[in-house]
Amino acid sequence: MAEIVLDRVTKKYPDGTTAVAEFNLHIADQEFIILVGPSGCGKSTTLNMIAGLEDISDGEMRIDGRRVNEVAPRDRDIAMVFQSYALYPHMTVRENIGFPLKLAKVDKATIKAKVDEAAQILDLTPYLDRKPGALSGGQRQRVAMGRAIVRSPKAFLMDEPLSNLDAKLRVQMRTSISRIQKRLGTTTVYVTHDQTEAMTLGDRIVIMRAGHVQQIGSPQELYERPVNLFVAGFIGSPSMNFVPGTIANNTVETTLGTIPLSDRIRRSLEGHKDVPRDVIIGIRPEAFEDLSLVDESRGKGVTFTAPVDILESMGSEKFAYFSLENAHVDSEHLAEIERDTGSEDMGTAQIVAQLDARSPVREGKGLEVWFNPDSIHVFEPGSGANLTAAE
Amino acid sequence: MAVVTTRQKASWSVANTIVALYALIPVLWILSLSLKEKSTFTDGHFIPRGWTFQNFVDIFQVGGFTRPLLNSIGIAVIATFVAIVIGTFAAYAIARLDFPGKKLMLGASLLIAMFPQVSLVTPMFQVERSIGLFNTWPGLILPYITFTLPLTIYTLSSFLREIPWELEKAAKMDGATPFQAFRQVIVPLAMPGVVTTAILAFIQCWNDFVFAISLTSTNSARTAPAAIAFFTGASQFEDPTGSIAAAAIVITIPIIIFVLIFQRRIVSGLTSGAVKG
Repeated sequence: MAEIVLDRVTKKYPDGTTAVAEFNLHIADQEFIILVGPSGCGKSTTLNMIAGLEDISDGEMRIDGRRVNEVAPRDRDIAMVFQSYALYPHMTVRENIGFPLKLAKVDKATIKAKVDEAAQILDLTPYLDRKPGALSGGQRQRVAMGRAIVRSPKAFLMDEPLSNLDAKLRVQMRTSISRIQKRLGTTTVYVTHDQTEAMTLGDRIVIMRAGHVQQIGSPQELYERPVNLFVAGFIGSPSMNFVPGTIANNTVETTLGTIPLSDRIRRSLEGHKDVPRDVIIGIRPEAFEDLSLVDESRGKGVTFTAPVDILESMGSEKFAYFSLENAHVDSEHLAEIERDTGSEDMGTAQIVAQLDARSPVREGKGLEVWFNPDSIHVFEPGSGANLTAAE
Repeated sequence: MAVVTTRQKASWSVANTIVALYALIPVLWILSLSLKEKSTFTDGHFIPRGWTFQNFVDIFQVGGFTRPLLNSIGIAVIATFVAIVIGTFAAYAIARLDFPGKKLMLGASLLIAMFPQVSLVTPMFQVERSIGLFNTWPGLILPYITFTLPLTIYTLSSFLREIPWELEKAAKMDGATPFQAFRQVIVPLAMPGVVTTAILAFIQCWNDFVFAISLTSTNSARTAPAAIAFFTGASQFEDPTGSIAAAAIVITIPIIIFVLIFQRRIVSGLTSGAVKG
């Protein structure tokens, strides 16, 4: 149990590259913090600095108020779960889980009791005498967890612990990690590049990009009020739609039609000076609805009509993809996310709408789509800042 | 899937048999010679007509082969042990760390391995004589370590590179000192590599002739291969063929024992299960 404070922590490599720049974060006791971002954003480096596996070039890190910059990993009393699990192949599951205790010179009876207890929590009891080679991916992952929880450390660090599991197992393990963390109440720092994991697990999420923190907040905050294009594009699945827009007299002209600026948005825009005429408009797929299913709020909304390119029915909802003219947004902020995910549907002409499952929409047919103009985000194209994110 | 026909099987068997015979016939020949009575050496029979172990008895009782054999075992074991210990540390550093001069060091060790030993014998003879190492165990152990180190460093560093680095980080996080991590995680996993390398290094020391014959003068440090060269018959007209054959068989035995003992440990795939996949 511990609070971890990162005070302007910076990592510079000898070749001059800055992996992490001035990272400030106060992790409260028992908190579950997620570090998320595309590959190379510095999230793993940050985790390794907390672990002590990498030196801190500048700034200070404190665990429970004590400066730990110069403290070796083994003296920090922190456990880590690695992406590859890093189980010792020549030891049995029991020896693997008991290894930290053995190093700490705990007596044999206590080790046995603690290992048995950890195995119980993780349903590993039948496998205690096997070698890691004889275990499935999910079981290995649990052994790695066991090795972390067995010595009740001050904090858990997890480096993409679920990324080697298949989709179904990942969801299961996600909930069990969450349950274990709640049960033990241990401060946890969890690194992932998967925004779903980030949203579902974290008390707070830190979004990083190229070594810089973009935004820190609860999942809901990040979803509702992303501070910039990058965060907006990163959080949410499917990703937010972006179209270019031109502001003119309380409306914004876009390829989705003329959208009136709501009072809230107008007030936020007035709070900024020099709002450019040309902006980027962001709107979440969830904000769209099939007009035929909208009743009372119909009048307050804006609609556009377009042919449905592709329709994906998920059972509980439908995703409709539209290709619109002049809808391409060319932004470096979004290009980075695209490069990382390999997706090409962001910032391009494709618009995704999440529709109610009852919608009678058909592929190839036109559809009139409704949305609430208050649900749009207005971004400044140059800096990528969200002009409507004010509290 | 390729189907192996009977014909293919047959032709492979023939080829394998030829290769095996090619390799083994000289060994069997020496074995046969060592078991022949002195009068029948030149009778041209592959299977001896008159069987005897007299040649083996002679080399130990008359030829004084015991001391050279002990020298060989002692020198080879010590040189191998030291080379493996130094080599493991060096290979670990090369596999894990980025330090200035790493490439230079690897290049230098490769250069040593390539260097023709014959050209070094004369200067080494002079050096060892002047510092008093000539005709001593250390006088042979030192060059053996030098010439087996490149091999050990090369093989071991490739073995160590295969061991996931994360295991070591995990050990550090679990509370291990760097040495504990090395000793309790890396070394057990590198064991098959260490054993393989040790056998290779041992064989290299064991087989050496050039240094053994040039840097020794008496039986106090002369190793078995060199001693064989000094075998003489009972009289100046007698051919020491039988003794040489017997000695050759004797010095083959430790190698065979060595490989038989350790081959079970030379198992691949010990690291399976460490990381995903």
